[in-house]
Amino acid sequence: MIIITIVLVLMVLAALWASLTTLLLRATIALALTSAMLAVVMYSLGATIAAVMELSVCAGLISVVFVSVISLTQRKPFKDYVTRRMSRMRRFWALPLVLVAIGVVLSFVHAPVQIALPLPGGDGDVRTVLWNLRQLDLFGQILILLAGVFGVLVLFKKDGPDGD
Amino acid sequence: MSHAILLLPFAALLVINLLPRSARSSAWIVAAGVFAVQTAAAILQPFGVVDWSFLRSFEKAVGFTLHADNLAVLLLLTAGIAGLASLLVGSAGIVQPRARFAFANLVLIALIGINGISMVRDLFSLYVFIEVTSVAAIILVALRDGTAAFEGAWKYLLLSSVASVFMLASVALFLLTAGGVSFDEAAAALAAPTPETWIAAALFVCGLFVKSAMVPFHGWLADAYSESTPAVSVFLAGIVTKASGIFALMRLAPAVLTTAGPGRMILLVAGAATAVAGAFLSLTQTDIKRMLAWSSVSQMGYIVMALGGQPALALAAAAVHFFNHTVSKAQLFANAAAVEAQLGTRDMDKMGGIAARMPVTGGTSAVATLSIAGLPPLAGFWSKLLIVIALWTAGQVVFAVIAVLTSLVTLAYFLSLQRKVFFGTLLPEWAEVREAGPAYLVPALALAAITVAVGLGFPFLLPILLGGGA
Amino acid sequence: MAIEIPQSFWLYFIFFILLLVDGLWCMLATYNLLRILIGLEVLMKSVTFFLIVAGFLSGRMALAQAMVITVIVIEVVVVVAAAGIILGLFRKNDSLNIRTTRNLKG
Repeated sequence: MIIITIVLVLMVLAALWASLTTLLLRATIALALTSAMLAVVMYSLGATIAAVMELSVCAGLISVVFVSVISLTQRKPFKDYVTRRMSRMRRFWALPLVLVAIGVVLSFVHAPVQIALPLPGGDGDVRTVLWNLRQLDLFGQILILLAGVFGVLVLFKKDGPDGD
Repeated sequence: MSHAILLLPFAALLVINLLPRSARSSAWIVAAGVFAVQTAAAILQPFGVVDWSFLRSFEKAVGFTLHADNLAVLLLLTAGIAGLASLLVGSAGIVQPRARFAFANLVLIALIGINGISMVRDLFSLYVFIEVTSVAAIILVALRDGTAAFEGAWKYLLLSSVASVFMLASVALFLLTAGGVSFDEAAAALAAPTPETWIAAALFVCGLFVKSAMVPFHGWLADAYSESTPAVSVFLAGIVTKASGIFALMRLAPAVLTTAGPGRMILLVAGAATAVAGAFLSLTQTDIKRMLAWSSVSQMGYIVMALGGQPALALAAAAVHFFNHTVSKAQLFANAAAVEAQLGTRDMDKMGGIAARMPVTGGTSAVATLSIAGLPPLAGFWSKLLIVIALWTAGQVVFAVIAVLTSLVTLAYFLSLQRKVFFGTLLPEWAEVREAGPAYLVPALALAAITVAVGLGFPFLLPILLGGGA
Repeated sequence: MAIEIPQSFWLYFIFFILLLVDGLWCMLATYNLLRILIGLEVLMKSVTFFLIVAGFLSGRMALAQAMVITVIVIEVVVVVAAAGIILGLFRKNDSLNIRTTRNLKG
């Protein structure tokens, strides 16, 4: 119990670091760290395959995308962003405190959450579920990957997209 | 038929992409062919003309759970018509071969997404296909080169992703409390609602509200519609926003939300607020496409309001307005595209008296204006009437009055559009303007003809509508 | 695994809310387009986490994992599309500041 809670706390801390840090590269690393911690939690809860995907895709692929965008958009020195961003964050400080307070209150209320009864025959393997039951979602994945391919073709060309 | 409709555009997609580079210009024709086939199939489906049983063995091999009921056929038909109009307008508007190829492919992907939305029986698959459609639409908006188009695409992307977060949180809650995410399981869970299931349903509806630009999530639509290239605007206004947001609400409202009394009130209030806000925001616009965009927001508010009316009529009223608005709005955007192509500006204050030089565009836009404003015997009159009756007979007199008053405002801003753009005195700088090419006129004429035909034939269609439904 | 796994809904719910709030705050409190995207990513992670928790607590891990796999694929495509749009905006305005792109009003 303690270990999982520690990993969850690390995950939230990494996410906080991603929001607060001044350098975008550090924010990207923090985001990858958040993904890694999430993958650890997912693995310990029993979602092994999803954890592997989260680690390799989110902590890996997405960080690569971010780093390449950052390198393509290096222009102004970052310190111009620092002072203005800090003042804006001070403007919003009330929001997280209020919501965390609500969360703490809710946890003390301990209202029973009605959870569905487990399936009688056990759950089944994720591979069978994915390939036999959720084929429509697989089809959707293929479609969205195709859309992503065309997005890359349209958006990432050197001279920009040619509309009309 | 359901599997064929989903897989035909996919087959076309594969064919287009496997062609050699030299044959790529035929992609446009293939896409148009797919849309035409879909429209024809949707028209023929209720009459049982085509026997699809030859696909049965194929359907058994693939494990999809799809169900093409009459509501789905409505969306398939509407999508087919809007897509054809968009492709026609784009054939003159989008010139670069690379952009044409991308447009044809993305429109096909969006079509598969929309077909999926119409036929799924599962909350998570609904989310997946909504995302497919939205991502394809976002990239289509960004197809036009220019900072304003990117701004519209960015806002659309941000709000679309926030909607995804809402919907996924709802799916997780349904998984937790109901043990599954299909429509039947969700409906069963809502039949004995606990606070958790109620929150789950509310979250999903909020996500759909964002996708359909209901108040207070309406900020992204005007930019995306007005700044995208004209063919994409026709496609967006015609079907994408409706399919991803409103249609899902129409699908879920009777089956999943019936037991929730407050749910109906939420639909009524949100719909009314959107209808009113959209109407008043249209009044102040000077850009023709922006005014049409806010008008779309307002009309979609009408459809959501209709869902809150009396159950026997609500779905029929919403469905008719759904169809009519697609036809009329696609046509208006085609007219706006024609005006923009010939005049080079979208600022209505600079226009005047165009109808003398562009009679077809002016005439068809007058037909669409009168239809949306609700003048008999055009199609829009019947759909507005049905909505008001559905609200009145459900005892929601206040909302019925709001609907009627807002349609007066609708008439006001559309008349102002007509006066500023088409009628009045012809300004000297537009004296040399010629009528737009057939790419803009054919869809406008065809859609106007549909409006008139549906309006005149409506008393014959009504029994079919009321007898059918889900 | 020899680790005892907590079964309490509220424990996981608190962390979900914390991530959600952090993502929302990040999106709202910054002017930089890339950081808005990072905030959006944190939001998606929070909801992925919630899906897995829901599957774990209700014993339907296979379904939850299948859904999470699809969500991850969608998330990647959205990030790639967003990166493309950010690049396009950067090329036009030479800045990643969202205030330079707020031209359309009303």
